[in-house]
Amino acid sequence: MDLSSINLVLLLASLMVAATPLLLAAIGELVVERAGVLNLGVEGMMITGAICGFAISVNTGNPLLGVVAAALGGAALALVFAALTQLALANQVASGLGLTLFGLGLSALIGQGYQGVRPPSFPRLSIPGLSDLPVVGRILFSHDLMVYFGLLVVAAVWFMLKYTRAGLILRAVGENHDAAHALGYKVKRIRIMAILFGGACAGMGGAYISLIRVPQWTEGMTAGIGWIALALVVFASWKPWRVLLGAYLFGGVTVIQLNLQAAGVAIPVEYLAMSPYLITILVLVIMSADKSKAPASLGRIFHASR
Amino acid sequence: MLKLEKRPQPSQAWIYLAPLVAVIATMIAGGALFAILGKDPLVAIRTIFYDPLFSEFAFFYRPQLLVKGAPLVLIAIGLSLGFRAGIWNIGAEGQYIVGALTGAGVGLAFYPLEGWFIFPLMVMAGALGGWAWAMIPAVLKVRFGTNEILVSLMLVYVAEQLLASMALGLMKNPQGFGFPGSRNLQQYPSAHNAELIAGSGMHWGVVAALIAVIFAYVLLTRHILGFHIRLTGEAPRAARFAGVNPARLVLICLGLAGALAGLAGMFEVSGPAGRVSIDFNVGYGFTAIIVAFLGRLHPVGILLAGLLMALTYIGGEIAQSRLGLPAAAIQMFQGMLLFFLLAVDVLTNYRLRLARREVA
Repeated sequence: MDLSSINLVLLLASLMVAATPLLLAAIGELVVERAGVLNLGVEGMMITGAICGFAISVNTGNPLLGVVAAALGGAALALVFAALTQLALANQVASGLGLTLFGLGLSALIGQGYQGVRPPSFPRLSIPGLSDLPVVGRILFSHDLMVYFGLLVVAAVWFMLKYTRAGLILRAVGENHDAAHALGYKVKRIRIMAILFGGACAGMGGAYISLIRVPQWTEGMTAGIGWIALALVVFASWKPWRVLLGAYLFGGVTVIQLNLQAAGVAIPVEYLAMSPYLITILVLVIMSADKSKAPASLGRIFHASR
Repeated sequence: MLKLEKRPQPSQAWIYLAPLVAVIATMIAGGALFAILGKDPLVAIRTIFYDPLFSEFAFFYRPQLLVKGAPLVLIAIGLSLGFRAGIWNIGAEGQYIVGALTGAGVGLAFYPLEGWFIFPLMVMAGALGGWAWAMIPAVLKVRFGTNEILVSLMLVYVAEQLLASMALGLMKNPQGFGFPGSRNLQQYPSAHNAELIAGSGMHWGVVAALIAVIFAYVLLTRHILGFHIRLTGEAPRAARFAGVNPARLVLICLGLAGALAGLAGMFEVSGPAGRVSIDFNVGYGFTAIIVAFLGRLHPVGILLAGLLMALTYIGGEIAQSRLGLPAAAIQMFQGMLLFFLLAVDVLTNYRLRLARREVA
């Protein structure tokens, strides 16, 4: 065992990278849940985004175009969920599970020809003075653009939910859809838009894994990150900044776990690989004591009788 | 413009029609998918749904129907009880793995001793293993109110790592020349879940699945516990007033589902699969969710749905080797089936009406 091989600066830098897919997927799901919809298909939308982004960037050679494609792919799958739950009034839990199963199949199908291909590399941030700073520059200012984009999305969602009229309406729909409907808001339309936003975010989160973090395509490569993102929303008590905190915590666990594997700690690899999932369970147990933070209409079907 | 109007009572006709319509719609959409992939849609559909049963090589495929159907039905029966009560155990895959590990573990511990008591002990160990794995989300839900969906799913990934660790470490075949994977239980008569009638595919898991179907049917239609399960799902408030203990229901539903999934894993590892290996689990625990819904959460429906789903597995394998259809296409096909079912299901509870455009 050689713990001295772990470089703290690199560790913190890779923490930000490991947290970004989680962050994107979780912030999207947060908006969906604040609108009162529980979409369990995050994993499916992520993996679909991962392959859509990968395929488009390999074929066009433009990684940014890939990210756009990933967002569209995730949103397209989310549209199926929206149609099922909002128009056909299907059970949200079952529809979300179906979305994940379908997405895993779809992505494997699209991804057949892409195994072992390397995607074009992603543009990195490079601010002359800042990125060259000894430690801070490496940790904070020399990542790929998606890391900062993720932070931007969190800030935007926080601002939207807290300070804008649109955010207020979205929260009203999530807290009490009957009251929102009585006030004349289009509950279904608002929810469908939220679901599409969630899908786009999940898709970009997936693309981050296949384009930047790994970067390669393998079947089922999201390996439960979509589910951890769902847990993260609970952990965050449906608050945007806490999603950020949670994502960095989980990113940290993943990175430390990988570093310990590489350093050859006496614990078998399989038990280290379990740790992110076990910690997720632990966090869920701690956070679930207080249920009052959840949007009141979460997971309930809305049907206007009049 | 079309408008949905709630039916006073669920339509009896659509309860039975919805799965059929969903299957037909899936065949059409699937055909379109296969056409996009450059395969003749009619040939593909025939290969998947017709050839396993009636082609000249069908004698080879028919036993597979029971082999693949049994775990699906066993797991789905357990899941359906919880789903009916609004308890979402989606980690059956993990319970299946752990049941296989404990079952195989007991068998391997006795090697090379021969005795009639070994197989029954393995069955008990398998059920207990699955039960214990399902008790983790159950107890956490009862004690702390933790979401059972997320916990049971996280435990699937934990179980997969556990499986890898066992196949590479503790249960590795000492005479396996260093290759991962345990001893082959098929070559250990006392632990082998052999075919009961040669060439039929009928093994103890199939028997257990049939017993589970009958047991679940009696439970749901004749027993007070089954009534409580249905009541909790359909009218949670009424159930509370009727004195149903929700915590007890969570423990029972998750426990039964876990035990049945564990049994399925144990019968699989000691029979068709034969050994504990890294890629032992093939997703039965997730497909069983589709089976449970397709069977309308009704035991007899699940039996039929399980056989249909087993058919798509076998047909998918044939299509893979004969038409070069990718394995993922079948997985997607199964996902589509669930989508169509959920979409068509709206007609069970709602009626389509023509409506004028909204004024406001």
